[in-house]
Amino acid sequence: MSFRVVKPGLLTTVQDLGRKGFQQHGVVVSGAMDSYSLRIANLLVGNKDNEAALEMTLTGPTLKIEKDCLIAITGGDLTPSIDGQSVPMWKPVYIKKGRTLKFGPCRSGCRAYLSVSGGFLIPKVMNSKSTYLRGQFGGFKGRALQEGDVIPFNQHECRRNEYKKERFTGPFAACNWSVNVEPLLPFTGSPVIRVTKGRQFGGFSGSSHESFAKEAFVVTNQSDRMGYRLSGPLLELENKRELLSEAVTNGSIQVTPDGNPIILLADCQTTGGYPKIAQVITADLPLIAQVKPGESIRFSYVSLEEAEQLYLEKEQHLQQLKTGILLAFNRKHSTKALIKQACANEKTRRGNE
Amino acid sequence: MSIMSKFAFDVSPLGDSAVSVTFGEEINYETHKKIKMLMDLLERDSFAGFIECVPAFVNVTIYYDPLIVHQEHKKRKKDDFISPFKAVSNIIEQKLEQLETDKTFQQRTISIPVCYGGAFGPDLEYVARFNDLTTDEVIHIHSAGEYLVYMIGFAPGFPFLGGLSEKIAAPRRSSPRTSIPAGSVGIAGMQTGVYPISTPGGWQLIGKTPMKLFLPNENPPSLLQAGDVVKFYPISRDVYEEMVYKEGGQ
Repeated sequence: MSFRVVKPGLLTTVQDLGRKGFQQHGVVVSGAMDSYSLRIANLLVGNKDNEAALEMTLTGPTLKIEKDCLIAITGGDLTPSIDGQSVPMWKPVYIKKGRTLKFGPCRSGCRAYLSVSGGFLIPKVMNSKSTYLRGQFGGFKGRALQEGDVIPFNQHECRRNEYKKERFTGPFAACNWSVNVEPLLPFTGSPVIRVTKGRQFGGFSGSSHESFAKEAFVVTNQSDRMGYRLSGPLLELENKRELLSEAVTNGSIQVTPDGNPIILLADCQTTGGYPKIAQVITADLPLIAQVKPGESIRFSYVSLEEAEQLYLEKEQHLQQLKTGILLAFNRKHSTKALIKQACANEKTRRGNE
Repeated sequence: MSIMSKFAFDVSPLGDSAVSVTFGEEINYETHKKIKMLMDLLERDSFAGFIECVPAFVNVTIYYDPLIVHQEHKKRKKDDFISPFKAVSNIIEQKLEQLETDKTFQQRTISIPVCYGGAFGPDLEYVARFNDLTTDEVIHIHSAGEYLVYMIGFAPGFPFLGGLSEKIAAPRRSSPRTSIPAGSVGIAGMQTGVYPISTPGGWQLIGKTPMKLFLPNENPPSLLQAGDVVKFYPISRDVYEEMVYKEGGQ
């Protein structure tokens, strides 16, 4: 039960919701850059929302499917296809073995997620399957996927004979419904990212406070899972006192001595010594993950209470999605029901052609 | 800053899912002790939604899940909405009242063998020259000191150590090395430290230890913890090789 990597893509790694609880040992959290897309990808195939999936960046991989499986593709649109036929995203898709899943050029967003029912069979390191590239541990051998890798996954819950009799003629079968992700993750191109004031906000000049929220910043090519380096108006500290290193977190916006901001992201160090002008609200972190280098972003200040409300609203929305998906699973958490549904839909679709 | 009967502290948000509790502005043992004690309290008796603590020089940051904090609050007090940050701040302030600052706590002392100079410590001579000392004097001063681990950060298992003698302090290299081997022992300004994994870095390298500071498959994964005392002792190249062989070191 595995995917064979024919082409690895630009940067394809195994990620779950991250390695929590080890930051006091200097261990980076890592995890999916766009946690909403990862969670939905998992829910769509009957996994727990913190299961690991493949995170694919800009140019996705080509994978040979070596075992029948139920998958879901979410996140940015990297134009996935199976044996030449375009595959719908944000819904469960059933593929028979021997087929080839290929990702093409990036049409929207930056990162896509591929989940498989049952989850990837990857050993956990410090309670997580996430890959930490700089530390070379976690995920698949502590590194990005390479040509020839065989990525094993667990058998999904229904037994072989239960789904073997499901027949269809095309390269895959997809359900006739999908998740509406628009309210959760609008793919707008140049998003407005909401921030709260950072811990050293007061140390910056009034004009820096203003230009930070007024002008656009470009995401430079020196941007990766560790952080996005931005270029735009230079930000100035009024109080140049050296800061003692302290904890930083996913979404902290540090300003380096040259005046340029860096948004720290999933693979950021646990502590940092640069002043933090702002902090991206947790609800908007997935939006940043879908911005490509070269694109621009803007910031807008919100209060901490607003940030918390937005967080709770998004969680509520995800909970509703989960309930909706469970209903589609015929009220039971059954992969079999879903595969049946996908196959029936494919037959009807072909019948109508 | 809230002033309580015992000491001053400041609780402020690090975004919507963490708070930093600051006990002062300067690096000193008293502040460090308060950080350790609050962490001990939280780890022994945490709250619903608590994820983890990250200690630093003058503060400790507490990570939490706002959804769980919110749900927990709703369960107990049905109608009034309270910001998760406020709810967590209240819990922390209650904990701080229990802090017994006059209490002493157990410290571990960890001895780290170092093979000084040679290929392992290409900057030992620079550090000696910079301070008008011989290389033997630098080794002697470095290995005579006792160093407190204030925090682990920058890289997995990387200790920020306090207590370097100013006699052997030396500025960072003007251009950082692109890759420093794991186990390298270095000096930067008034700090000394050990690189647990291979990373780029600008510290002056004076030696190397065969001991592993970061063990991803063990719990805890870091050899050192905030609050530990570190001592270094010199070993020869032969002993270094022997230890690498025996312990499967670097």
